[in-house]
Amino acid sequence: MAEVLVLVDHVDGQVRKTTAELLTAAARLGEPSAVFIGTGFDAAKETLARYGAAKVYRVDDPAVSEHLVAPTAEVLAHLVERTSPAAVLLPSSPEGKEAAGRLAIKTESGLITEAVDVQPGDGGGVRTEQSVFAGNYTVTSSVTKGSPIVTVKPNSIPAQEAPADAVEETITVPLSEQARAAKIVERKEKAASGRPQLTEAAIVVSGGRGTAGDFGPVEQFADSLGAAVGASRAAVDAGWYPHASQVGQTGVSVSPQLYVAAGISGAIQHRAGMQTSKTIVAINKDPEAPIFELVDFGVVGDLFTVLPQATEEVKTRKG
Amino acid sequence: MNIVVCVKYVPDAQSDRTFEPDHTTDREAVDGLLSELDEYAVEAALALNEAGDGGEVTVLTMGPEDAAAAVKKALQMGADKGVHVLDDAIAGSDAVASSLVLAEAIKKLGPVDLVLTGLASTDGSMSVVPAMLAERLGLPQVTFASELTVEGGTARIRRDSDVASETVEAALPAVVSVTDQINEPRYPSFKGIMAAKKKPVETWGLADLGVDPSQVGLDAAWTTVETVEQRPPRSKGEVVTDEGEGGKALAEFLASRKFV
Repeated sequence: MAEVLVLVDHVDGQVRKTTAELLTAAARLGEPSAVFIGTGFDAAKETLARYGAAKVYRVDDPAVSEHLVAPTAEVLAHLVERTSPAAVLLPSSPEGKEAAGRLAIKTESGLITEAVDVQPGDGGGVRTEQSVFAGNYTVTSSVTKGSPIVTVKPNSIPAQEAPADAVEETITVPLSEQARAAKIVERKEKAASGRPQLTEAAIVVSGGRGTAGDFGPVEQFADSLGAAVGASRAAVDAGWYPHASQVGQTGVSVSPQLYVAAGISGAIQHRAGMQTSKTIVAINKDPEAPIFELVDFGVVGDLFTVLPQATEEVKTRKG
Repeated sequence: MNIVVCVKYVPDAQSDRTFEPDHTTDREAVDGLLSELDEYAVEAALALNEAGDGGEVTVLTMGPEDAAAAVKKALQMGADKGVHVLDDAIAGSDAVASSLVLAEAIKKLGPVDLVLTGLASTDGSMSVVPAMLAERLGLPQVTFASELTVEGGTARIRRDSDVASETVEAALPAVVSVTDQINEPRYPSFKGIMAAKKKPVETWGLADLGVDPSQVGLDAAWTTVETVEQRPPRSKGEVVTDEGEGGKALAEFLASRKFV
């Protein structure tokens, strides 16, 4: 059976949820082979085995993690040439897409980004599904040349446990001079907020202009549900919440089970980032706000009254 | 510095965009404009040269005739000259082919210090062309830059992800894509609009770049869009007005859907 290369997304060996999702998708196409670059492998191995990695290629060279992306692309290109995989799956993160872009040119292979589903195509290829034009269209696509490279949107393919052997192989890939041209000189990890990661969360509660800068009610409601907190572009531009929390065309695109928009009008820029959420709820003072066209449930009212009441009610029900 | 800014003319993202029967983006039915995200790249280029030792900002695009409007807007903002790659064979090109055309155009422009782009186009939204360009030109790339400074031939970039903030240094020449956090794009002044009329714009075809038509266009694409389906509009659910019980109604709805 052909291998499917999966780039492991991790922080010092803590494997991110997206990797489990990629391994599950990989199993549909061939035999999953994880590609682990960086430190902390011992912490990662168990998770990779649990989610179906038959093999793990390890790259220990620290130069690869110190330099931005180009080395990762060279490692993957080396493996593509060696294994002629059925596909290469990467997360749809900035690094994932950069590596995928460079890899596509190196291996002369087609590239599809932001896939929300990945299935075997007719005659052995790979077929993907994407949600485009601010979620208004669903398209299916396939790669017609080379080893299909696909970046997969987080939270789209449910991860499934499928214990496998995760047989290790350490590989050394000589890096070109060119691969060392962009160096990471400083990395500041963000303090863990205690909340789930925005792109991985099952529930997201976002605040917008209507919060007037006070995200307290939004955060408390989010915490009562165990949700991640997002923000509209207006709120981020006003400096009320960090850009990493921005949901929308120029921020993060999320597709959780439940999306709650509080004090957000629902302009296209925002909708592009959350329109494919399974259930959508909104609270807004303005009954004409465009967001209400998208909702499964909406409350016309002041979030400063509605959210605290809802938070209390949720806490009571949870006991 | 010699800076090239790659820009794209796209259908207005605020309008109802749609597909042609051959599954390419319909670029006729909806008004086009300079992609909003590219304005940040143009601004970044202008600001770098204003703060530094001067230089030239060239705006580069590929697209149908109307794409000239994207070049014009960038010139009105303050770019010094424009290049428009115009050729019927380009229609339907994927990101791979687009990066080939842009790379050849950049090579033809001569030695460049920095290539800037926006973080993504607002139609394809892939964010991969900068990395592909960098690979073809043999340059480092840093994408999603929220801060960019240049000193002594090195670009220093900050970029933020959901888990960390990284500072990256890349030796020039390099390809950098910038986010909408990096600056506030200037509005063209009246003076800028008048000055733009006299700025040189060259139009090049594939033959000028030495690119064979068989390498670009819909048939050359390495991916294919098989089906296109409009999502049925979400049927509007229940909307209640808060008269003192709105929060409770919300919690009740969530419970009915098993979120609580």
